[in-house]
Amino acid sequence: MRTDLWRSSVVVIALLLALPVVTVLSFLLQPSGEVWRHLVATVLADYITNSLLLMIGVGCGTLLLGVTTAWLTSRYRFPGARLFSWALLLPLAMPAYIIAYTYTGMLDFSGPLQSALRDQFGWSYGDYWFPEIRSIGGAVTMLSLVLYPYVYLLVRAAFLEQSLGAIEVSRSLGAGPWRTFLQVALPLARPAVITGLSLALMETLADFGTVQYFGVDTFTTGIFRTWFGLGDSAAAAQLSALLLLFLFSLILLERWSRRQARYHQSGQRWRTPPRQPLSRGRGIVALILCLLPLLFGFLLPAGQLLIWAWRSASHSVDLQFVTLTLNSLALAAAAALLTLLLALLLAYGRRLRGGWAVHSSLQIAGLGYAVPGTVIAVGVMLPFAWIDNTLDGWLRSQFGISSGLLLSGTLVALLFAYAVRFLAVSLNAVEGGLGRIRPTMDDAARSLGLRPLQVLRQIHFPLLRGTALTALLLVFVDVLKELPATLILRPFNFNTLAVRAYELAADERLADAAPAALMIVVAGIGPVILLSRAIARERCPESPSLLTNRRSDHAA
Amino acid sequence: MFRPLVATLCTLLLLLPTAQAEEVNLYSARKEALIKPLLDRFTAETGIRVNLVTGKADALLQRLQSEGRNSPADLLLTTDAGRLYRAKQAGVLQSLHAPELTALVPARYRDQDGYWFGLSLRARPIFYVPGRIDPAHIDSYEALADPKLKGRICIRSSNNIYNQSLVASMIAAHGERETGAWAEGLVANLARRPTGGDRDQIKAAAAGLCDIAVANSYYYGAMLASDDAAERGAAEKVALHWPNQQGRGAHVNISGIGVTAAAKHPQAAQQLIAYLLSDAAQQWYAEVNQEYPLRDDLPLSSELQRWGAFKADSVAMDQLGEHNSAALRLMDRAGWR
Repeated sequence: MRTDLWRSSVVVIALLLALPVVTVLSFLLQPSGEVWRHLVATVLADYITNSLLLMIGVGCGTLLLGVTTAWLTSRYRFPGARLFSWALLLPLAMPAYIIAYTYTGMLDFSGPLQSALRDQFGWSYGDYWFPEIRSIGGAVTMLSLVLYPYVYLLVRAAFLEQSLGAIEVSRSLGAGPWRTFLQVALPLARPAVITGLSLALMETLADFGTVQYFGVDTFTTGIFRTWFGLGDSAAAAQLSALLLLFLFSLILLERWSRRQARYHQSGQRWRTPPRQPLSRGRGIVALILCLLPLLFGFLLPAGQLLIWAWRSASHSVDLQFVTLTLNSLALAAAAALLTLLLALLLAYGRRLRGGWAVHSSLQIAGLGYAVPGTVIAVGVMLPFAWIDNTLDGWLRSQFGISSGLLLSGTLVALLFAYAVRFLAVSLNAVEGGLGRIRPTMDDAARSLGLRPLQVLRQIHFPLLRGTALTALLLVFVDVLKELPATLILRPFNFNTLAVRAYELAADERLADAAPAALMIVVAGIGPVILLSRAIARERCPESPSLLTNRRSDHAA
Repeated sequence: MFRPLVATLCTLLLLLPTAQAEEVNLYSARKEALIKPLLDRFTAETGIRVNLVTGKADALLQRLQSEGRNSPADLLLTTDAGRLYRAKQAGVLQSLHAPELTALVPARYRDQDGYWFGLSLRARPIFYVPGRIDPAHIDSYEALADPKLKGRICIRSSNNIYNQSLVASMIAAHGERETGAWAEGLVANLARRPTGGDRDQIKAAAAGLCDIAVANSYYYGAMLASDDAAERGAAEKVALHWPNQQGRGAHVNISGIGVTAAAKHPQAAQQLIAYLLSDAAQQWYAEVNQEYPLRDDLPLSSELQRWGAFKADSVAMDQLGEHNSAALRLMDRAGWR
């Protein structure tokens, strides 16, 4: 009987988490022929082209930035390498829409840089070429700058885990560092590359703030416009369905990568390769290569925010600011814990009971990460309100009492939406971590009389501490930055830093928005640093048979 | 590790909002910074606590609809008439028989059946760079489609409700076909692909990217009053021009409010509406956000007076909501992104 309990609870939880997406897709059943035809005739081609270009661009951008920096910091010694190994994660704390605001403030036609150029050289409009920041290229740049850390994070871990043997064999067979990188290290890290890339691309697909601000019409802005502007939820659902099609191809990619991963981590003994020192010239090149993403993804925009915040602090920072910060932190913490719990249950359930039902429901549950927050929010709002109203109606008719709205408009609904939206992040991390624990461990523990949950608590939890921390912190930072679902679902008199920053920025008061934006970044930095330390500790595999070996290695 | 996780989670879940005796609940599309100070004053005067959720009007409307009769919201406040029209159509508002309110609000700025009331007026004039443009050439919105102005106009995206309402008012005046042709002419005259907000259009004109910008007047006012010298400088380079003064008048929209069908505190809700229409509140809009007071019996602030008196389009606000969807499609077809 217990076997079915695990399987069915995984399926039930996964289906619950899939509820919002399913709710939105159920609008497909409503007729919308006429609006859909209008979209096809006018804007759909633009949505598809722009979304594709955006994904391709961000894919290339995050790969380029993420893999290069991961390789350099994991393999070489050069000035600042240790600092970069964690500092390169900092752009993760920067919400994409906020980096977009800051760069627009700096680089726009009427911004300080171009104005200074015009004054200096006596140019006027049309006399010179300057990249237009509010363009698809601009959006690709912004998103790449803040999303490359996903690739960096996972690929660096993979590089660090690669056995010295493979690299040494490659070098001893006469392959140069480039060939070793391209033909040995990179292919070995492929699962990590693809997982990092798919996280970045899912986030790209779901982005609304940046593309809206830059005037790039993608699926996300199209869904919003169709749903609310044209008032046609069915056509909006059709757009969402198309978006999910995009996503399914990504998931296939990801699943394929998982298969590789299992093959790759066959549990060989290994040793972290020592970092090679670089010559002075090459060291400086490496330093510059690592400095660039950090500079443009974090230091410059944070500096701009600081300048703005300084200017507006006197009238935009008040006592309420403390409440906003606490709200943001509490929400992010709660959502991170909840998501981690769910991911642990789901991932462990899958480990215990395979089968297509468990597999596919997990895939569906992870969909939320690529779905725009607005769509998730509406998908949460409708079924919750339906449950509330049905219960209330039944109580009224049976007992003459009213329960009102129990879930709608509460933090429960909001936390649920976060769980739906960010489960994929947690799940990815936890599954990766669990995959590294050999099933023989489970068997041994079970044969010694532990029940499945006890195995999870007593064996897996301690081994998973690093992974769990990664999952927690990634979701924490994501929730800090989250805007659309928070905006729609939050209760009365409850604001967060992201809401405050958005409201002022949407009113075109960038300087006034800066203190809240800066606070989001500051609140995110702590977790990001913790994260990098956790990864540094996690460098060693978590299979206990190797634990003792590793300790002696360190001691030696 | 498991137990502390669960315990922390439960504690955080218990941080739910608490109820109070005398209160009224407001869903507001007006941003917190531009409504909270007024609500605080209302609470200080009446002792009625106002609970506030801000958000995008469409999302708040969706929330009202899905919550149905159990919705905690007593009031819905939006920053355009189109959404109030839509809320009325969706059946989430109730009609109010309040002679003291109808007496304050001019008939064209409130719903005929008392479903909603305007609170402030938001005008959408044309800005131009003196010396580069003769204001006689931009005497109407219609003139913006004149091929003479090719490459000289900046306007924001059609995703924005202000443009949707403007085009809806054109449809009300000229019908869809003629407005469609106008939109195509306008798009052909644009200096750049529509990006950014209203302030950005004014800044672009000031910087020489274009000579004409369409923007809501209060953004111009906010720029003039900004602490940022660059913003002030940009606003000082352009001049405000009221179009269609010989004809139907310049396009205006309202911010407005309605009592929800599910309201549990209709009395307090009505009190809040009355407060938002009071002299003090009306003047607050003008001082803080440079919006025009909706009541025509109140004096304008000196800044608003400086911009000159103007004739506002007398189209019924309902029409803006009614033609919104048609306006959007028409802009899609014209390639006005």
